[in-house]
Amino acid sequence: MQQKLGFARAVALAVLMTGASPMALMAETPADTLVIADAIDDIVSIDPHEAFEFSSVDLNNNVYDTLIELDPSKPGELVPGLAESWSVADDGMTYTFKIKPGITFSSGNPLTAEDVAFSLRRVVKLNKTPSFIITQFGLTPENVDQMVTFDGDTVTLKTDKAYAPSFVYNCLTAGVANIVDMKTVMANEVDGDMGNAWLKANSAGTGAYVLKSFKPNEGYVLVAREGHWRGDAKIKTVFMQHIPEGATERLLLEKGDIDIARELTPTDIAGLAGNTDIKIQGDVGGQVYYLALNQKKAELANPKVQEAMRWAVDYTGMQDSILKGLWVVHQNFLPQGFLGALNENPYSLDLEKAKALMAESGLTLPIEVGFTVRNNPERMDIATSIQNTFAQIGINLVMDVGDGKQGLETYRGRKHDITLQTWGPDYPDPHTNASTFALNPDNSDEANATGYLAWRTAWDPGPELNAETEAAVVEKDSAKRAEMYADIQRKVRDNSAFVLMFQQARQDGMRANVSGFYAGGATDSASYWTVSK
Amino acid sequence: MLRLVGQIAIGLLTLAITLLGLLLITFVIGRVVPIDPVLSIVGERATEAQMQAIRVKLGLDLPMWEQFYIYVRDALHGDLGTSIRTGESISAEIARYFPATLELATLGTIFGTLVGIPAGVLAATRPGSIADQIVRVVGLLGYSMPVFWLGLIGLLVFYGQLDWVAGPGRLDPTYDMMMEFTLTPYTGMILIDSALNGAWDVFGNAVSHIILPAGLLGYVSMAYISRMTRSFMMNELGQEYITTARVKGMPEWRVIWVHAMKNVLVPLITVIALSYAYLLEGSVLTETIFAWPGLGSYITDALFAADMPAVLGGTVVVGVVFVTLNMVSDILYRIVDPRARA
Repeated sequence: MQQKLGFARAVALAVLMTGASPMALMAETPADTLVIADAIDDIVSIDPHEAFEFSSVDLNNNVYDTLIELDPSKPGELVPGLAESWSVADDGMTYTFKIKPGITFSSGNPLTAEDVAFSLRRVVKLNKTPSFIITQFGLTPENVDQMVTFDGDTVTLKTDKAYAPSFVYNCLTAGVANIVDMKTVMANEVDGDMGNAWLKANSAGTGAYVLKSFKPNEGYVLVAREGHWRGDAKIKTVFMQHIPEGATERLLLEKGDIDIARELTPTDIAGLAGNTDIKIQGDVGGQVYYLALNQKKAELANPKVQEAMRWAVDYTGMQDSILKGLWVVHQNFLPQGFLGALNENPYSLDLEKAKALMAESGLTLPIEVGFTVRNNPERMDIATSIQNTFAQIGINLVMDVGDGKQGLETYRGRKHDITLQTWGPDYPDPHTNASTFALNPDNSDEANATGYLAWRTAWDPGPELNAETEAAVVEKDSAKRAEMYADIQRKVRDNSAFVLMFQQARQDGMRANVSGFYAGGATDSASYWTVSK
Repeated sequence: MLRLVGQIAIGLLTLAITLLGLLLITFVIGRVVPIDPVLSIVGERATEAQMQAIRVKLGLDLPMWEQFYIYVRDALHGDLGTSIRTGESISAEIARYFPATLELATLGTIFGTLVGIPAGVLAATRPGSIADQIVRVVGLLGYSMPVFWLGLIGLLVFYGQLDWVAGPGRLDPTYDMMMEFTLTPYTGMILIDSALNGAWDVFGNAVSHIILPAGLLGYVSMAYISRMTRSFMMNELGQEYITTARVKGMPEWRVIWVHAMKNVLVPLITVIALSYAYLLEGSVLTETIFAWPGLGSYITDALFAADMPAVLGGTVVVGVVFVTLNMVSDILYRIVDPRARA
């Protein structure tokens, strides 16, 4: 009987509570709280030296800081982060960073040059996926203790070659170069993991927020800390909720239960038009869409055919219909926002010109080629459009539709004819894309250099372009470096095995009272500490 | 006594063979899919040497039979391996996702049973009547409407317009914090944990979050249960013993709910168990719409990430659930039907 009464009371209370759920009645979230909905199931690890997914790098951007940061308002410009000044010696291989005084970690420990050196060494020694961004300067687990040293308030980084200083600095703005609190991290070390397991559920940074809780595929909570060196954040608590479905996000946003929705589809955005409680903020992302033409197939190596294809893609037609708000026309391999990015898009749909070029190619038309496409609605839409326009100039595409990883294996194995692909930069320096689109030191099958997109599609950029790409990464003068990348991009755009088409765009929906949210553009990640309501 | 022991032994043996078969099939599927799990760990940039190193580390270079032996051996120790994607123990991950599904599926099945059986009986006792037609149409809608669409409309109406229930997720963020930092977790099921902690505000919030998805799943299983109840009941009501009971002047409610129901219950147990098992697999679409961190989305995410150990782990859990529920319904069957005891 006792038990039954208890149950009855529970049910009664439940019914009462359902009617009076405080959050359900609240029209808006509290002024010092930010609730964000996003799909965060891409997260593999939130250890800053292992994290390499969009969502985890977004999180870490608010919890950790880097020595140098990118100025979002001026592409390619660097501003101080944890370092107040930096310089490179005349040999071009010794970099010195002077640490800002008075910065503390969330634990209260003061930031020292030793923490910085420890963090860079940790990246190299842990050797997780994004570590190549740092190890590409010639750092190895064996030599890193000698290459990265500290003395007083300065940290010295030695590189194996005299790279372009902007290349080194840009890489140091990437998430993998975040600085962690050595004492706290090492206090939580298990079996020599340098705190890796602990940092998958905790944070130890100098950022505006501290990680309060992280639940994979559910969400995370960040709490603002006092005494942050940038000044305390206005938003005291950030709730990130994993809500993968755009329509669900839209409903929550309209109701005021969330402040920012990051997975809205173009349909959701269109449905929100006219709602004065909600605004849409556009930004660009770093990914680019392109076609790769396998040069082992003679027809596809024909320069006339390549050029014809560039005139046979309905760029603006797709941008304004199926890709609306998601992708914008962009025909160069560096996304907007990168040092040296180009804004020229010379190609448009011109079937007459394309037909004339096909006629000049000397081939018997029509030709038939395979088209490897990943089975996803957006890609299928793009592929269908291209199949349609190519057919009109005498190129019959035979679709090979499959799972993304399957298509990737075909591509890496050089077994495709044409494939529709996206590429995202690994770090905010032009070399990340130049080194894969415009560099291919050994085009032989034996080289198996799957890291280069040029190799995958069997395209040899030739000694001149290879050399120019190698030269750009060691060019000391940033302005000249930007020029070089502009030139490399034009060459790849107009004469290569790639047809570059679009750059990622993104649209975040937010309540009208939210201001200061920065999504990060093509080179950076989301910042919550700049937000106010 | 000896017979019971024998039955249990046979049951357990069947269970073991079924599970071994399940492991074998999922294992083979996991190996023949043309997806290289190594690619999903190392990313696009990796060199062949880096990939080979990971392959050796994961034991993917060993002969198939040896890989299978290692997998079965570890599974028997409760170790379902390590997720390729997250590097975490799969058993621990499933222990986190499964309670969310269990809570939702249990509530859904309770809804479905409590409404489905009376509805089916009502329809069976008045065939062709308006009540029968209504049950038929409502049931048909439950069968044929996409859950995805029903879920969205449900949210739009009951959350968006009427404000009767809370939105997606298991709890509001603030309650979620309370749950995590002030309450003792016993089961991972929020309704039970908050009640055991006496945190009734959290409980209330959890109820207002779970009602809609559980109601939706309940509706779908109700549709099935009511149709099956109707046909079982019609079948029983045509039997001679029912006519005899009626002739004897027994009240109609007793004829239906005691005499006929006893026999209807036998096949119905299997129906309910199957429908429960189906919900326990985790309804991916419902979980996506309601941002419910359950087993269905866990397995799907793992599949898309080519994380085969996690897919296998999830499949094994689903398999165990199926086999266990099958056994439970077998036992109940014996209790309800004296003939089966012989």
